[in-house]
Amino acid sequence: MTVQEGDAVTTQEVGSPRKRSEDARLITGRTRWTDNMTPAGTLHMAFVRSPHAHARITRVDTSQAKGRPGVVAVFSGADLAEEQGSLPCAWVVTEDMKHPEHPPMAVNEVRYVGEPVACVVARDKYAAVDALEEIDIDYEPLPAVVDMDAALADGADLVHEDLGTNKSYTWVFENGDLDAAMRDAPVVIEREYIQQRLIPTAMEPRSVLCVPEDEDYTLYSATQIPHILRLMLATVTGIPEHRLRVVAPDVGGGFGSKLQVYGEEVLALLIARRLGRPVKWTESRSEGNMTVHHGRDQIQRLTLAAERDGRIRGLKVNLLADMGAYLMLVTPGIPLLGAFMFNGIYKMDALSFTCTGVFTTKTPTDAYRGAGRPEATFAIERLMDELAAELGIDAIEVRRRNWIAHEEFPYETIAGLTYDTGNYEAATDKALELFEYDKLRAEQADRRERQDPVQLGIGVSTFTEMCGLAPSRVLGSLSYGAGGWEHASVRVLPSGKVEVVTGSSPHGQGHATAWAQIAADRLGVPWEDVKVLHGDTAISPKGMDTYGSRSLAVGGVALYSACEKVVDKARKVAAHLLEASEQDLDFSGGRFSVRGVQQEGKTIQEVALAAFAAHDLPEGIEPSLDSDATFDPENFSFPHGTHLCATEVDTETGMVKIRKYVAVDDVGTVVNPLIVEGQVHGGLAQGIAQALYEEAVYDTEGNLTTTTMADYLIPSAADLPAFTTDRTETPATSNPLGVKGVGEAGTIASTPAVVNAIVDALRPHGVNDVQMPCTPERVWRALRGEAKPRAAEPGAGGGLGSAGGDQ
Amino acid sequence: MPRIRVEVDGATYEDEVEPRLLLVHYLRERLGKVGTPVGCDTSNCGACTVLMDGMSVKSCSVLAVQADGSDVTTVEGLGIDGTPHPMQRAFHEEHALQCGYCTPGMIMASLDLLRENADPSEEEVRDGLEGNLCRCTGYQNIVKAVRRAAGEMRDPAEQEVTP
Repeated sequence: MTVQEGDAVTTQEVGSPRKRSEDARLITGRTRWTDNMTPAGTLHMAFVRSPHAHARITRVDTSQAKGRPGVVAVFSGADLAEEQGSLPCAWVVTEDMKHPEHPPMAVNEVRYVGEPVACVVARDKYAAVDALEEIDIDYEPLPAVVDMDAALADGADLVHEDLGTNKSYTWVFENGDLDAAMRDAPVVIEREYIQQRLIPTAMEPRSVLCVPEDEDYTLYSATQIPHILRLMLATVTGIPEHRLRVVAPDVGGGFGSKLQVYGEEVLALLIARRLGRPVKWTESRSEGNMTVHHGRDQIQRLTLAAERDGRIRGLKVNLLADMGAYLMLVTPGIPLLGAFMFNGIYKMDALSFTCTGVFTTKTPTDAYRGAGRPEATFAIERLMDELAAELGIDAIEVRRRNWIAHEEFPYETIAGLTYDTGNYEAATDKALELFEYDKLRAEQADRRERQDPVQLGIGVSTFTEMCGLAPSRVLGSLSYGAGGWEHASVRVLPSGKVEVVTGSSPHGQGHATAWAQIAADRLGVPWEDVKVLHGDTAISPKGMDTYGSRSLAVGGVALYSACEKVVDKARKVAAHLLEASEQDLDFSGGRFSVRGVQQEGKTIQEVALAAFAAHDLPEGIEPSLDSDATFDPENFSFPHGTHLCATEVDTETGMVKIRKYVAVDDVGTVVNPLIVEGQVHGGLAQGIAQALYEEAVYDTEGNLTTTTMADYLIPSAADLPAFTTDRTETPATSNPLGVKGVGEAGTIASTPAVVNAIVDALRPHGVNDVQMPCTPERVWRALRGEAKPRAAEPGAGGGLGSAGGDQ
Repeated sequence: MPRIRVEVDGATYEDEVEPRLLLVHYLRERLGKVGTPVGCDTSNCGACTVLMDGMSVKSCSVLAVQADGSDVTTVEGLGIDGTPHPMQRAFHEEHALQCGYCTPGMIMASLDLLRENADPSEEEVRDGLEGNLCRCTGYQNIVKAVRRAAGEMRDPAEQEVTP
């Protein structure tokens, strides 16, 4: 983008659709996935995993396996019990939260299918897997706990006997007088929505390689969080932090699933230490579906009170959140990230939020793209459509009557957050126009009139979310175990080239491209002259990593600040070299010039060389322009937008087809529109997948029946529509770049838009809900007024039909 | 153990392999061709797609012994003359990848798709790539990239595909 400023023409990188520098190696196969690395002498690990949802381990016999050719060692949980510690949970949400021990490898008891029980270490993968057959394990089965309501009932079978309950915690947030809001309310809408369990399914399976060197260990892992992982590995194993180096090489997607400290990572480290040789483990997809943490899994009980004109009085939220068998890194906090989002973009007088975390004998849950906010957004956006239907008001109009008007910002919400900026009117108007809303409504009326077997539905989602995690003091007030800052440093090399070091840890987002754009603009150097370094604790020593749409809004701003410091240092040197006072220097396009004497100047590259040579520096100035900065945001950022979805629903077969999808997002200032659009597309795909395709299904015995990609339906190109995306741009006021974050917005917004569209199509048939995923069978049953199926019953899942419940 | 002779990306290899060895493991672990990744174990995801005698195969579903006598092309064999293949270029130009894990398979499957249909419509591309999963892009830019590459491969001078 070329910008004319007075006489000077400068090329502006921020805002320009730079093609990504990351692509070159990815399109040629010159990649550095963890599993691609096999140092000489590497041993391979394979795990025996529990076939039971819940059982006592009475005997593990590894002797036969140890004798197999190529097998170097075999370990049971008992063999490692003294040193393996307990996997960390960094978010103790209440003082009385029940927090069970979580050994990386089970010792006495297994509590979900897939929990590791024993491990073979062999010279190659095939030999390791072969030897698993020779390990003899006796189990004494215990009752599976698969239903949250049943788990909380008196006398329920317990997941953790010693805790005496399946309830981990109850967390409450209340503001305003809910009783007053509910009392004599002209309209009260009560609903129960199920947020089904999802499997994040990054395309790259988890992989870890640990290379020991004397007392030092380098752990390569397919992780989103090299910095947090390093600290947690030190904490769990007692190996001093400075002896550990964690590297996240090329990482093939995460979506929250690699925001974790996994047992296999701890075990790779401990076994590499025991054997003094590199050890590697890469999961199979079937293994991963059982053991990578899952997402969502909530029962939402909601009561909305409103006036006759559609204005909301108050909202009561009662959640049951399935923790699974153990609390992992941020398991208990995930539903709380949604607590402040149930009011959405709307004004109301009262909000009451109660969440109970429940243990079941299932894979633990934790962050999945959006983490708490998609669930909340689904609830409020579905309720807004229900309210519109109840009152016979248009779904857009009922939202207009409730949303915060653009002139009301900054606005303190009923959840206690301060939304800094937004313009819901502008985004909605743009979306309506792109969607041709009136035309589609006319077609809908026509199809209803004609009793067309294929009905048209229109779904609305006017969402916001909180991201840019996070202000450290807010995290502290929520009892989170760490801060939410991010770090960056900038090194100006003697030749004038620039190295940027970031604590963010990309795994597909494109930071190397975008961070170079930010630095190029601030320093006035060519984009090609900037190299971005990340993902290795030896290179990037400080960081809080990548999740929660935080990288740009926190890490990008840290980089911006570090660049400012470089310029400040350079200004002192330039002033000295130009024999001018600092105040008389202008800095533009990478050049310092004396005001009024444009020809007198020094480029930042010349200043960098002078600083390096250090022959002639001003008194007290050290010979370096290098700078670093840590940014801790004052507030969250609040992307918002309006998504409109039109579905064609075949009332004879239950088949749903997305006819049109329009997304207008406001993510503030955009650094790279190409990357932003890509993030929106991918987010939409995952949100739509929750609405239509995906569900992790457990049978009544606690067996996961969707262990493969044949059963767990990741949508293909043929399953998804083309999206129409556009933006409005209301800069955030909480950071100098004006950015908000875009990683999760599409996922958060799209799920309710799709379900609203399906329900809208069927409403004349008396349908007011279809449980997700809205498979043809479920839509068909809903049309026939049949009771909604609950989890672990037919209708859930899909694929090859192996997800049918009792088996 | 059976002995196989395979040409991979222009070089010839002769090896003794276990009969059960998968082609993708042969490529990755015996030949060091780690550019072809593994994304699942049920042949659903397509990340490991390569061309065998010009036809796309999921190399996790082919035994190394079945590749005996074949000519295998992986993503590493494209553009080895120093010029990126039009399909590789199109994926870059259209921002058709994010994490890039599915990309080698997507590119190889797309080449096979164009072998059968040199000028596919959007719908034909979507249907043709049904066996290759991507979790990052939502496919929209992949579809654009394949159609752009199709245009360039039909007429190397033509730079753009009309939507």
